[in-house]
Amino acid sequence: MEQAVQVKELRPPITHIGVIGWVKNNLFNGVFNSILTIVTLFLLWKVVPPFFRWALIDSAWHTTGQACRQAAGACWSIISMNYRFILFGFYPYEEQWRPLLAMLILFGLLFYSRDRSHWKKPLAYAWIIGLFTMGLLMKGGIFGLSSVESTQWGGLPLTLLLAVFGLTAAYPLGVILALGRRSQMHGVKALCILYIELIRGVPLISLLFMSSIIFPLFLPEGVTFNKILRAQVAIILFTSAYIAEVVRGGLQGMSRGQYEAAESIGLNYYLTMRLVILPQALKIVIPPTVSQLISAFKDTSLVVIIALFDLLKTTQSVLSNPEWMGFSREAYVFVAILYFLGCFSMSNYSRKLEKELSRGD
Amino acid sequence: MNTEKKASEGQMIEFIDVHKWFGEFHVLQGINLSVDKQERIVICGPSGSGKSTLIRCINRLEEHQRGRIVVDGIELINNTKNIEKIRAEVGMVFQHFNLFPHLTIVENLALGPIWVRKVPKKEAEEAAMYYLDKVHIPEQARKYPGQLSGGQQQRVAIARSLCMNPKVMLFDEPTSALDPEMIKEVLDVMIELAQEGMTMIVVTHEMGFARSVAHRVLFMDFGKIVEGNTPEEFFKNPQHERTRLFLSQILH
Ligand SMILES: Nc1ncnc2c1ncn2[C@@H]1O[C@H](COP(=O)(O)OP(=O)(O)OP(=O)(O)O)[C@@H](O)[C@H]1O
Ligand SMILES: [Mg+2]
Repeated sequence: MEQAVQVKELRPPITHIGVIGWVKNNLFNGVFNSILTIVTLFLLWKVVPPFFRWALIDSAWHTTGQACRQAAGACWSIISMNYRFILFGFYPYEEQWRPLLAMLILFGLLFYSRDRSHWKKPLAYAWIIGLFTMGLLMKGGIFGLSSVESTQWGGLPLTLLLAVFGLTAAYPLGVILALGRRSQMHGVKALCILYIELIRGVPLISLLFMSSIIFPLFLPEGVTFNKILRAQVAIILFTSAYIAEVVRGGLQGMSRGQYEAAESIGLNYYLTMRLVILPQALKIVIPPTVSQLISAFKDTSLVVIIALFDLLKTTQSVLSNPEWMGFSREAYVFVAILYFLGCFSMSNYSRKLEKELSRGD
Repeated sequence: MNTEKKASEGQMIEFIDVHKWFGEFHVLQGINLSVDKQERIVICGPSGSGKSTLIRCINRLEEHQRGRIVVDGIELINNTKNIEKIRAEVGMVFQHFNLFPHLTIVENLALGPIWVRKVPKKEAEEAAMYYLDKVHIPEQARKYPGQLSGGQQQRVAIARSLCMNPKVMLFDEPTSALDPEMIKEVLDVMIELAQEGMTMIVVTHEMGFARSVAHRVLFMDFGKIVEGNTPEEFFKNPQHERTRLFLSQILH
């Protein structure tokens, strides 16, 4: 016979759950934390409302520069009146739909590639076609599109171009360098070490200078290399050296047993790396790799020093216009937001990727 | 079971005066050993005597510096193709399992056949399931190694080697990283393998296993094979003082 056992349902005391419980447990658990909470609240009170008043209430949104100077708050007009130049630089005004479309294609491809289940052959073709189309749109010259020289490219498309190509080329190059540095072949190893240490020994700025000023001196008369391409190469070379060191850290974390197990079932060096070692090592180093990529993304703004008009430079140009002089706060806040969106989506994606890849642990 | 006469169909592995040094340290000091097809050999000896090094030379995880090693008619020389060929014929089971943690159990098993033997994926996974069945864990196929117990992982490691259809299996202390209650399940699988006529070289201190399965037990010390004999003789009449000392230490 079965006896129904009646257990009176016990719920935790009200002070331990719900909003009150959370506040008590997290903000006021102890004297020190309570003081911290109060100080923080006070600072927030001092900072946040005035900022909102400046940014949203007293601000001017769509006026001339003159009108802006009357407003007590932020002058967002500097953005709204100049956004076409900030975003596209000297790209011919009537043709600016082309870089816009190119960027939309890029975002579309990036967004579609987020999902790892889409990483199949068709996606690779889509990227090849997409990249080709983007280049065509930017450059023109056929299909009735007027030709636009790359010296006129600027703004956000330029920044994205440098970043996307820079990072996607630097990553595999970095992996190869890392493998080379751990190679048994002494020549390869020495070359990789030399490369990595040389590149890490100089700042990106000097690499950019070299590629734009010194490098052309060695070219024969009349031969020129596209300036953007040279900057691009400098960024790739620079970033790959740092990626290489991060990846090397991951490779060192792999136990000898993994190599031995792979070899003992007959996998050769290439397959051992590709199927066993790299999938694990690269996964371990996702966080530092993404840090490197994020900082490389931001470093693309250094191309201003070789007179390329990336996003930051176009913004600064607007600021040098007498009508808009003095509104640098607003302009830089805007640029910061764009950069933040880029960096934040990268780190977000890396977290998603890490979670997906951690099934085995 | 070792009383039954082993079918001698020729040699599987031959060591001829093999030497190896780690730097200055002379770890293998003239090994001569011949292993017949379907023969089962247990190697024991004190820690550091060179047992692991010896069997790791067979599939070139370690390189010998003098003498010759011939595996199934192929001499081990410094040639990548040659080494890969021998590795595909020689299965190895490690003390610490060394499964690939980022792959599921089935993927672990099918990896070698797919990439080394170029077997189609579907066929390789079917074969993988067959061998998982043989080591009694078909139900774990879709899990990851980290979700399995030590004994289960070691059985998967055995199945992974078997998937390559090896002609000889090497075991380097396959049970010494396991909790006592899991040792038996792994030894049972190895005994079943022996019954099917697999050529096996096993480094172990499981003397019960040696007694019931081995055709020959070898004792190694200081880089040499000190003596080798049938299990009965080996345990009853050890010839050397060092063997006697070693046996008295490990048999309680
Ligand atoms: N890669 C190496 N480099 C230098 N010395 C090594 C290396 N591998 C092993 N040795 C040394 O060689 C000797 C023999 O090692 P080996 O692993 O073959 O011994 P073993 O008989 O398997 O011992 P154990 O029972 O502890 O596993 C040991 O003294 C060890 O320190
Ligand atoms: Mg050992």
